Amino acid sequence: MALTLQDVAKIANLARLDLTDEQMAQYQEQLSAILEYAEVLNELDLTGIEPTSHAVAQQNVMREDVERPSLPIESVLYNAAKTALNQFQIQAVLDEA
Amino acid sequence: MDLTKLTLTELRDTLRSGETTSVAATEAMLDRIVEVDNDIKSYLTITDELALEQAQAADKRREQGESSPLLGVPIAVKDIISTIGVQTTAGSKILEGFVPPYDAFVVQQLKEAGAVILGKTNTDEFAMGSSTENSAYVVTRNPWDQTRVPGGSSGGSAAAVSAQMAYAALGTDTGGSVRQPASFCGVVGLRPTYGRVSRWGVIAFASSLDQVGPFGRTVADTTALFQVVAGHDPRDSTSLNVPVPDYEAALTGDIKGLRVGVPKEYFIEGIDSEVETAVRIAIAQLESLGAEIVEISLPHTQYALPVYYLIAPAEASANLARYDGTRFGPRAEGKDMIDSVKKTRALFGPEVIRRIMLGTYALSAGYYDEYYGRALKVRTLIKNDFITAFEKVDVIATPTSPTTAFKIGAKTDDPLSMYLADIFTLSLNLSASCGVSLPCGFDNKGLPIGLQLIGNTLQEETILNTAFAYEQSTSWHQQIALNAQTSG
Repeated sequence: MALTLQDVAKIANLARLDLTDEQMAQYQEQLSAILEYAEVLNELDLTGIEPTSHAVAQQNVMREDVERPSLPIESVLYNAAKTALNQFQIQAVLDEA
Repeated sequence: MDLTKLTLTELRDTLRSGETTSVAATEAMLDRIVEVDNDIKSYLTITDELALEQAQAADKRREQGESSPLLGVPIAVKDIISTIGVQTTAGSKILEGFVPPYDAFVVQQLKEAGAVILGKTNTDEFAMGSSTENSAYVVTRNPWDQTRVPGGSSGGSAAAVSAQMAYAALGTDTGGSVRQPASFCGVVGLRPTYGRVSRWGVIAFASSLDQVGPFGRTVADTTALFQVVAGHDPRDSTSLNVPVPDYEAALTGDIKGLRVGVPKEYFIEGIDSEVETAVRIAIAQLESLGAEIVEISLPHTQYALPVYYLIAPAEASANLARYDGTRFGPRAEGKDMIDSVKKTRALFGPEVIRRIMLGTYALSAGYYDEYYGRALKVRTLIKNDFITAFEKVDVIATPTSPTTAFKIGAKTDDPLSMYLADIFTLSLNLSASCGVSLPCGFDNKGLPIGLQLIGNTLQEETILNTAFAYEQSTSWHQQIALNAQTSG
């Protein structure tokens, strides 16, 4: 299936990627080629076939809900670009009004 | 004694007999890195001071009577595996400067065993690639021919072991990223069964496929490292809570009566004729060692590549959503939050962007069933192929990759042709099998060829012993890369 430039722009926005016009054109071509290659899967009859999401099926693994030590706050924040008041700091996402 | 020439198991014996020390072996490795890694570029970070401290501690432990198998043995770790206090980049600019606050499970295991960590090895960005050329930092060169790639994504680890810059190394294998570089670099590489080794602390690429695997110059070396990292870890909910066998004890070299399956779908048009010949001779060698050769079919093999390139990018697009500049990595400031995130994510390289885009599309509303949903169903068929095959055989023998190492730059403009380098390795990642690649010859350019042995779920003992039997009856593993440059 051939993707349009609009498709590429929509995917990029969903993935929070900012692409240049040149990248848009390049990914339009390359992703279309990969998706076309994947069309070989359409020749299979998959009626009644269950999906496999993990190679080794496991049930939910539960543990006792008991307190355990966690990382010290300075370790958790160490790699952050900006912190304030022992928290990660980001730009405002809501209008102040 | 030239310590760099020793295999891991030879070093272990030498350490145990007191003929050398961990400090001496570590210094020999660090000198070797200085000598050849300017050319090969297998390491992103060399932790020389930490390594010497660990070596001194190991020598002290030995003086106090300890003798555990990896005590004092210098090892390299792929830079996608978290190491406390040591920068871990996953080969990406988006993690430049990231210093993990904890060790991955496998690193904890290494440290507990007394191993020495020499440094962090180069990788394709987030392990996405088959040549290590997608690293945002440096291009690693194949020790057998420096104009060629070492394979990937664990190309740094494979090259380091091949060029005697580590006695063994850890990589990760999501679609073949341990076995394919092992094949290209003429070393042994194991992809364990999914869940055999904890993924805790390993930077995620495709969570249903990722698995840590060891490299060594010999089967015994690879097994010794695997022994230490295998095991249950409650912090990875997909970690299998089953006992770890004594893998080294399983290396008897006896494969009489072993049933070896040869799948016709792996000997196809496009495979290099020298690779095919070498692998067929290796299979005949297994027969002469007492194995029974059985022709089998894995009928859905041709669908594995498109299935993999829908599932792995889909999982990657979700896993890599966390790189938004908030908790780790550099942050670019834009006009608002979303703009900042987009500007920060411009630090991803082209292959990572390609896979995030592909995965986002495969999971997006209106296309989920057509792409991701369909891929999961075909994954069932591929998994069933292996289940059926392992009712008839104990081991499946194939080439590891259709070609030997290709030239640097040869496939960078054509993503699909790069993906084909993994065509023989990625099926088993979609199933619950395990696989090992080991040297089985050289082509007319002197480049190593790899034999892949695939085993059923948790049958690592079987494939390692088969590999061991083959290795003991051949001399490929005794050929050493960069031999001419080694000081005597």
